[in-house]
Amino acid sequence: MSTEVKAAAAEVAVKEPSEPLFSKKNKRLLTDPLNDSNPITVQVLGICSALAITVQVKQAVVMSLSVLAVMIGGNLIISLIRNIIPSRIRIIVQLVVVASLVILVDQVLKAYVYDVSKALSVFVGLIITNCIIMGRLEAFALANKPWPSILDAIGNAAGYGWILIAVAVVRELFGSGTLMGFTIIPESVFGFGYMNNNMMILPPMALITVGIIIWIQRSKNTALIEEN
Amino acid sequence: MLDLVNIFVKGIFIENMIFAYFLGMCSYLAVSKTVKTGVGLGAAVIFVLGITVPVNYLIENYVLKEGALIWLDESYASIDLSFLSFIMFIAVIASMVQLVEMAVEKFAPALYGALGIFLPLIAVNCSILGGALFMQERQYSSIAEATSFGLGSGVGWFLAIVAIAAIREKIKYSNVPAPLRGLGITFIITGLMGIAFMAFMGIEL
Repeated sequence: MSTEVKAAAAEVAVKEPSEPLFSKKNKRLLTDPLNDSNPITVQVLGICSALAITVQVKQAVVMSLSVLAVMIGGNLIISLIRNIIPSRIRIIVQLVVVASLVILVDQVLKAYVYDVSKALSVFVGLIITNCIIMGRLEAFALANKPWPSILDAIGNAAGYGWILIAVAVVRELFGSGTLMGFTIIPESVFGFGYMNNNMMILPPMALITVGIIIWIQRSKNTALIEEN
Repeated sequence: MLDLVNIFVKGIFIENMIFAYFLGMCSYLAVSKTVKTGVGLGAAVIFVLGITVPVNYLIENYVLKEGALIWLDESYASIDLSFLSFIMFIAVIASMVQLVEMAVEKFAPALYGALGIFLPLIAVNCSILGGALFMQERQYSSIAEATSFGLGSGVGWFLAIVAIAAIREKIKYSNVPAPLRGLGITFIITGLMGIAFMAFMGIEL
């Protein structure tokens, strides 16, 4: 038995120093969440906020950046203290860490982009219970070193962000004819009888847009198709 | 009295947690494969919302709000702790869930058997924290109104998860395009149900 342990220890010891900062494994941490293990369309994490704040691209961008900030901070802190957290109270520890980070983000948003902060209303606070953050803390940061955890946070936040922004672009473009508040569809088109689709601004269309994104993604990436 | 009923009904239909605000979607999508588990989780959500919203109401009005600490000392009138509300609410929710779990295990083992695995999940269900934050934003005037809002939202969430679970059980037998199977079709159905629920929007209570 002791030889086994020694061998395992030796393996770890050999492996550690040889890993460069952007090894192949680390790169996968960044790129996988963009498609194969996308937090929204595959892992089903962080849906609540993804749907509610995608009426305008600006809100979606601010939300993605907030989630990115909270995720990097949370993953880094949890990964640094992972060995001293008693596993029975880990959920509460995670919640406290995330909640403090979210308070920081909330105060920054209130100070610099007050109108967006008002529009996001309760959804900034809800980053705390955004399953994507808890999910990644639980699944990754608790078992990995700080640097891979940071990469995992960036990758997942990016995967979350691109879906958010894609949904927001569709909804804002067809719902109000603008992007980031700038008019995109020219007046002359309206002359031919084109109308903004007010349906797009309503909450249910967010769900249907995400459903269609999933449809497109899975017909391209057939490995993701579910059984039934 | 009628006010309370109005808030309750509003919470179920007009301001439904799932269809109007998408709160608690993660567990809604993950646990809605069968009606049985859906009922279990839905009941646990009603239970926890009905307890945590009034508790958070007390904390908001007697600790956090500007001037809320006045009952301790006159000189505390200018203290505003509302920036702490996220951390307080989530701490209350996490500890309440833990307490409720222990109490249910001790006093109602049958209920614990039914809710068991779902109770811990609820601490991170956005609809619970969402309920607390909406309570804070809407400034309910009494604890009875807050309780009625909590219970109403819980019942609305229950209704939504049981409905989608029943549809998902049936949809197993239909020919859904392969890439849409599972998650995709659930999203689209929820969207359509949301459109149906919008019929309640015109009702003024």
